[in-house]
Amino acid sequence: MKVMAPLIAEERQPGQFIILQTESEYGERIPLTIADADRKEGSITLIFQVVGKTTAQLAQFEAGDDLPAVVGPLGKPTHIQHYGHVVCTGGGIGIAPLYPIAQALKQAGNRITIILGARSKELIILEEEMQAIADECIICTDDGSYGRHAMVTEPLKEQCEKADKPAMVIAIGPPMMMKACAETTKPYGVFTQVSLNTIMVDGTGMCGGCRVNVGNEVKFVCVDGPEFDGHLVDFDNMIARLHAYSDIEKNKYKCFVEEGWKEKMVSQ
Amino acid sequence: MTTHTSQKNTEDAKKMLVDYLQRVDQLKAKDRTLIPPQEMQLLDPELRSHTLDEVAIGFTADQARIEALRCLQCIKKTCVEDCPVSIDIPGFIHHIATGEFENAASVIRQTSLLPSICGRVCPQETQCQAHCTVGRALKDVDKSVAIGRLERFVADWERINGKVKEPEVKPETGKRVAVVGSGPSGLVVAADCRRQGHHVTIFEAFHKLGGVLRYGIPEFRLPNEIIDREIETLRRMGVEFQTNFVVGRTRKLVDLIEKDHFDAVFVGTGAGLPFFMGIEGENLIGVFSANEYLTRANLMHANETGKADTPMFPSKHVAVLGGGNVAMDAARMALRLGAEKVMVIYRRTENEMPARKEEVRHAKEEGVEFRFLENVKRILGNEKKWVQSVECITCELGEPDASGRRRPIEVPGSNFLINVDTVIVAVGNGSNPLISQTTPDMQVNKRGNIIVDEMQKTSIDRIFAGGDIVLGAATVILAMGEGRRAAAAINKMLADEIQREHAT
Ligand SMILES: Cc1cc2nc3c(=O)[nH]c(=O)nc-3n(C[C@H](O)[C@H](O)[C@H](O)COP(=O)(O)OP(=O)(O)OC[C@H]3O[C@@H](n4cnc5c(N)ncnc54)[C@H](O)[C@@H]3O)c2cc1C
Ligand code: FES
Repeated sequence: MKVMAPLIAEERQPGQFIILQTESEYGERIPLTIADADRKEGSITLIFQVVGKTTAQLAQFEAGDDLPAVVGPLGKPTHIQHYGHVVCTGGGIGIAPLYPIAQALKQAGNRITIILGARSKELIILEEEMQAIADECIICTDDGSYGRHAMVTEPLKEQCEKADKPAMVIAIGPPMMMKACAETTKPYGVFTQVSLNTIMVDGTGMCGGCRVNVGNEVKFVCVDGPEFDGHLVDFDNMIARLHAYSDIEKNKYKCFVEEGWKEKMVSQ
Repeated sequence: MTTHTSQKNTEDAKKMLVDYLQRVDQLKAKDRTLIPPQEMQLLDPELRSHTLDEVAIGFTADQARIEALRCLQCIKKTCVEDCPVSIDIPGFIHHIATGEFENAASVIRQTSLLPSICGRVCPQETQCQAHCTVGRALKDVDKSVAIGRLERFVADWERINGKVKEPEVKPETGKRVAVVGSGPSGLVVAADCRRQGHHVTIFEAFHKLGGVLRYGIPEFRLPNEIIDREIETLRRMGVEFQTNFVVGRTRKLVDLIEKDHFDAVFVGTGAGLPFFMGIEGENLIGVFSANEYLTRANLMHANETGKADTPMFPSKHVAVLGGGNVAMDAARMALRLGAEKVMVIYRRTENEMPARKEEVRHAKEEGVEFRFLENVKRILGNEKKWVQSVECITCELGEPDASGRRRPIEVPGSNFLINVDTVIVAVGNGSNPLISQTTPDMQVNKRGNIIVDEMQKTSIDRIFAGGDIVLGAATVILAMGEGRRAAAAINKMLADEIQREHAT
């Protein structure tokens, strides 16, 4: 989805995200990463998966509609420099935010290996774009419908075992996948940067709802992150916190879907 | 169920007023101190602990006039000295006593911009009412003239009767002022700069305006309608608002000057960085900063299940850690959201609690439990990482510390558990680091507060700051006072510039 937001398009850097609302009074504030931006046009591109009420509502927005609130770019931008060989690992929808980072790293003169993973073939996104910047691109699917029939951690491990092991790994995707990537690279001492997507309210460091344990410290993802050293992140705590409202969310989504159905039936 | 002040009280007040007014010229100071302090009408505690309706209903006109007659019109005005914005307190109270409410309002308006807000949230017992002669004569600060309630009465009367005058705006100067943050300090700067004819834009990170007044202080203490009114006045004066705009991210602070050509910038971004205790279990599910808990309820309406998309944690047994206004608000909000048992756990005793006395009293009436001289050592969770209990330790008071309050000392081995499912941490706020992190030249102290001179000017040319971002978490009235000073400095700077431009 493309959103006209000229100021955000102008300022945003890889690694940053926005918070949006689909309703100004009663809507919730959800963070979404910025996949791409067009400064000339003044637009940003958001790629999201329908997982709950707000994303479902967002999917119903049509060209020309106004989003009541879009704020950003939030979070610290990715630190881009020449590292040498960088492995960029993206899982599912996490491939979207990975793309601008991989692009910037490529421009900074890094050799880029890209590993993309998803449950099945249709869920691999941005493959062409990634192929275009990658020195090497490996695709995996959980069900073997495309590329290697493997988890991303398998090729990641192989990369780490090579003589010229990567200077850095970036992993973005579902929390379990990032956790697995961090565990894979740890024995090899390869620095692994993950990008966390926690529950957020304000996105300016005011509420602490987005906090995670990193090493021995408590960090706020919205201002200190979203990127952290994957070897220090307490993923178990983070994953548990992500599920704090699962039941409520599920219920809300169910109501929303059912109501949507009702409306459709009425209009027919 | 009835409200606290019954019909009879209202009639009594009327009779009493007629009586006093008949002999007003003969009333000696002694007689005035004998006039009974008026009780403000409140919603019934049982009723109100389930709604967000405002708890304090306020004085009736008769009550206000009786209360105003208690004022001795002292020559040495200690109350004015203790007011951060030096409102002519005896002056406005005199007008109330004579029933000239509109005049009372104009006296307040000379120095204070948001009286209906200050009358509700100022800590009067440590400011204007602290050294009131009447209170001292009666040896009880609670018996001081109820200055705050009188201020509130006048401001409400003015609003309800449509007497609020929109401040006059001078002809456009062509100068542009950016205000970052829409809390009380920012609102005051906007009004004062706009009055001088400068163009003013307020940038606010949230989708709603008002700062802590909106997302922190709950409706039952400060109805949104009052904040909306104040903002509407600014809008009518021609102030522009840019919501969903995080200065430092959407635009760098200095870019407001360099790219967007603002002539002056005021930073009033507040103390939005919640402190945690740093104890075990603080990241369990069910542990919240008071900021998060209150923001979900106040700003995102999470209490309105079914309507709001932002979820609220279903709390039954709640421990609130801390003893300030924020803790009181969180505790009382938890009750209103359906908690069965809410405990405020505080390391010292009631005497040392920084919260407004009135809020503590209201919280108690509503059924909030207070556990004094106890400190939480860690939070325990179940296998799903949800809060299950807190481990507390008993404290004793020792020698006074740097703040002058007696230091709590833990009694070894006195640990015990309390079962709770929710813990709300309300142990203070630090200053939000976003601006300083993204503005390399901005000088801050080691607490992260922006350093300003006596004119509220920061280390960067044309940039001023005030409110909690300078003071650390403080009060609405202090934030307003700083805003006033900053606006005066900005207005002077711009006036000088205009004069120079004309000269050349
Ligand atoms: C729950 C609670 C209860 C309180 N009760 C009382 C009370 O009873 N009496 C009393 O006197 N005081 C009370 N206080 C304190 C009082 O509210 C504050 O001292 C006062 O609001 C500070 O005003 P401010 O203008 O400095 O900033 P704030 O009110 O904090 O407002 C700052 C605003 O700036 C915005 N902002 C922050 N960063 C940015 C950015 N980078 N770009 C754009 N916008 C930004 C924020 O979203 C916010 O809207 C209470 C505070 C809390 C939290
Ligand atoms: S989302 Fe509130 S502090 Fe990060």
